[in-house]
Amino acid sequence: MKTITTPLSETGVRGLFAGDRVLITGTIYTGRDAAHKRMVEAMDRGDRLPFDLDGQIIYYVGPCPAKPGQVIGSAGPTTSGRMDTYAPRLMASGLRGMIGKGLRKPAVVDAMKVHGCVYLVAVGGAGALLAQRIKAAEVVAFPDLGPEAVYRLHVEDFPVFVGIDAAGTDMYAEGVARYRRS
Amino acid sequence: MREVHVGDITAAIEDLCIQACYDLPGDVLCALKEARQKEESPLGREIIDQLLENAAIARDDRVPICQDTGVTVVFVEVGQDVRLVGGDLYGAINEGVRRGYERGYLRKSVVAEPLFERKNTGDNTPALIYADIVPGAEVKLTVVPKGTGSENMSIVRMLTPADGPAGVKALVRETVERAGSNPCPPLVIGVGVGGFLERAPLLAKRALLRQVGRPHPDARVARLEQEILDEVNALGIGPQGLGGRITALAVHVETGPTHIGALPVAVNIQCHAARHAERIL
Repeated sequence: MKTITTPLSETGVRGLFAGDRVLITGTIYTGRDAAHKRMVEAMDRGDRLPFDLDGQIIYYVGPCPAKPGQVIGSAGPTTSGRMDTYAPRLMASGLRGMIGKGLRKPAVVDAMKVHGCVYLVAVGGAGALLAQRIKAAEVVAFPDLGPEAVYRLHVEDFPVFVGIDAAGTDMYAEGVARYRRS
Repeated sequence: MREVHVGDITAAIEDLCIQACYDLPGDVLCALKEARQKEESPLGREIIDQLLENAAIARDDRVPICQDTGVTVVFVEVGQDVRLVGGDLYGAINEGVRRGYERGYLRKSVVAEPLFERKNTGDNTPALIYADIVPGAEVKLTVVPKGTGSENMSIVRMLTPADGPAGVKALVRETVERAGSNPCPPLVIGVGVGGFLERAPLLAKRALLRQVGRPHPDARVARLEQEILDEVNALGIGPQGLGGRITALAVHVETGPTHIGALPVAVNIQCHAARHAERIL
């Protein structure tokens, strides 16, 4: 088990390998479909982004509303592939990590190798458990998007696996190849 | 003629939305525990342990199992000897969804229009409502919150009669393989065979409501289910697609009459959070 704290350095990212179990502590940002579209549109216009991407991790999640007394509602990962169109642009601006679930397109993996970025996977459908590792949450951009707004989260010991490392090694492909019988 | 007030339907739907999102059904829990025993991948077992722990947290803390509390699919069977009073049925169901998603702190995930604005309606309405008239004097409500990770990996295809059971198997296998890790395996796989273009997917969705792993009463269909399950689990996709023996917990096939020249087949993929709740009024 490895532990990492944010923000991440390129050296730190390149020291993570596909299959590693990792606990994250620090600040991470949320973003899914609509927020990614708006961030890339802002970059196209030359506008400032709602937060500095340098060294940061984006978690692909649209949480449930918090109940009274809760920091955040259930908050498991969404399918990462829908962000593939946008991810290379964000990596070019300094993004060092992405948390989600599921497969990524080759163009995303290529960008990860070039820029030094890691793809972390959390267990999809474990939203109640993962929410317990989120200790603070505040909306920092696009509040009109509701569950799709960008939140700044403070996480402690947030459990993920390294799905694809910055050398392009893919834990999904290796795992499936090991157990495939047909 | 028995009268049922639509206000009772609203109240039931409100409760069922919350129940379905907080309490993983017992049959699904059993299937996951059985999968935990069978899974050979250490990582796969670790993932299933996390899912079981997550289900316990959701049940005990009264929070959603998964943040994708879905579009609310509602099946309604209205007995033909029932007279609904007090308002319109669809309005009553949507009001129940509105209240349930608010009171249960469930995520609102419906956009009003799919292509241009994609603006969130803010209350998870409208529900996708399928109403049938059936014999009797009862109203049966089934609430199925369905997330998009698995729904996006589903498919309907018009096969030809010559494709037969082998064609059905090949389509399921192809669909599950293409989906890989995206739909949050281990899966429950609903397969609808027959009807026409619009009917096969409904059969497939209804197949997801069957008790997990209970075989079809027709032995030929039950055998096909088992064969498909074996093929799918030989793919090695495993829990969360990270490799393992248990890609699917169960395959449920439902069939129906079709045209002499047709073989429509739909594959509806369900994630491990196979949520549904029902009540009879």
